[in-house]
Amino acid sequence: MSLTELTIIRAHEGLIKKEFSALELTRAFLDKIEDLDKKISAFITVTPDSALFQAKKVDDLISQGKETPILGGIPLAVKDNILIDGVRCTAASKILEDYAAPYDATVIKKLKSQGAVFLGKTNLDEFAMGASTENSAFFPTKNPHDLSRVPGGSSGGSAAAVAAGFSVYALGSDTGGSIRQPASFCGIVGLKPTYGAVSRYGLMAMASSLDQIGPMTRNVADARIVFEAIAGKDKKDSTSIDYKIQDTRYKIQNMRIGVPKEYFIKGMDPEVEKSVKNAIKKLEAAGAKIQDISLPRSTDDALAAYYVIMPCEVSANLARYDGIKYGYSASGAKDLMDIYLKSRKEGFGKEVRRRIIIGTYALSSGYYEAYYLQAQKVRTKIIEDFNNVFKSVDAIVVPTAPTPAFKLEEKSKDPLSMYLADIFVTAVNLAGLPALSLPCGKTASGLPIGLQIIGKQFEENKILELGEFFEKL
Amino acid sequence: MISKEEVKHIANLARIGATEAELEKFQNDLSSVLAYVDKLKKLNLAGVEPTSHPLKIENVMRKDEARPWPQRLLQGFLKVKSIF
Repeated sequence: MSLTELTIIRAHEGLIKKEFSALELTRAFLDKIEDLDKKISAFITVTPDSALFQAKKVDDLISQGKETPILGGIPLAVKDNILIDGVRCTAASKILEDYAAPYDATVIKKLKSQGAVFLGKTNLDEFAMGASTENSAFFPTKNPHDLSRVPGGSSGGSAAAVAAGFSVYALGSDTGGSIRQPASFCGIVGLKPTYGAVSRYGLMAMASSLDQIGPMTRNVADARIVFEAIAGKDKKDSTSIDYKIQDTRYKIQNMRIGVPKEYFIKGMDPEVEKSVKNAIKKLEAAGAKIQDISLPRSTDDALAAYYVIMPCEVSANLARYDGIKYGYSASGAKDLMDIYLKSRKEGFGKEVRRRIIIGTYALSSGYYEAYYLQAQKVRTKIIEDFNNVFKSVDAIVVPTAPTPAFKLEEKSKDPLSMYLADIFVTAVNLAGLPALSLPCGKTASGLPIGLQIIGKQFEENKILELGEFFEKL
Repeated sequence: MISKEEVKHIANLARIGATEAELEKFQNDLSSVLAYVDKLKKLNLAGVEPTSHPLKIENVMRKDEARPWPQRLLQGFLKVKSIF
């Protein structure tokens, strides 16, 4: 097996048994990025010098016989909306094209303490707004399984990097499916943790009540390792929770799995439907108890509520990019108002401006009750629905996306059709639940299909267990 | 359908500059998104409490302490563009 196909566990074994050095491992990935990223465009910034420097440090420790943490010397890629001290961080936006991060995000600090090797920063939809990575201000990323197709989004660069063998694993962020949907499109594993499980300090805020950072990996065991490394209470994120992942083992025979009928809709891709139903049958044959359930507000209504709440939070969070405080500032403005208007017009792409305008509209006097307040009430009902269902099931199994990866430019002209790609993923964020996407098959033409396992708040352990069990079937 | 003047007004409130052609595009996009989310209005949610945060947590208070900030400091001041 080549070095660039290794999982975290295998790479760690190889390092401590001295089958290869961290430098060799890191070089293998840097060489592959150099050779092939011209085709895929997963990275915005590659940081070879600091990566090799860090790898050398790990090799020195290993040769001194020091104990190496599981992520020590293992190369990863980081979505370009997560800050690494001193490294450019663009959010794939013109407005931050030359912005250098002044500090480490908490997740980065935690990985650095293990000696992780950062290969670079990956492409995304501008400020994480999109489902295809085509909204990047710089370039679109291609799906490694089919270069004419999108990798999904918004963490499309991270998903493509893992799928193409440019890194062992990656970090993404998930506001309304942005880890799970690209994981599904690229045939990898993605975990969106419970809201509050992972610190958001140093993640560029998009919609603060929905955003979470999570791992994108080659298998479920790796996702667990990365999740354990980055989770925990952080005093710099007051919404983070003191929480340790339980180590309880579950028997598949005791697992009750809910299958909501609303997630198998007309218009979904027949190959996706077949593959997901097949996965459910396999779980049943292995002894899991399958229950038909109903989540009437978790698809259509959730998507509508999401596309009100998210832009409202976006419009507030992105007010900081004003041409004064940081990033791009338009030249030739005649007064302060003009600096704002011009900097934000020239600095933000269309989708970002569209969402800021929608959010500002929905929050404005006379519309607030009809849109924002109503959406917040729907959010309450969605949480109640999940709470009720979780009284009788341990996990919910659904498709991650209604289709496999779509073609580049297929949806980019029509924002609403792009929003509909998120139909199965946004309810999880509104309710703050953990959810895992993992591969469950391929279409006849070889495109990956993703299975989504949704758990109760702070029950990452259960969905990871179920995921690992499914991988072995 | 939302009017172009309304879109222009909202864009101004949000401090978003746009060309006339872009405003027309935003007008269409905004209208189709609003038409989609309008389904929420039909739900009867009288008496339902709104949710703004997925966890039941309380405010966290800490001491308000200054931390050093090395960026763009000029004689102890933060340097920004002239705003007058």
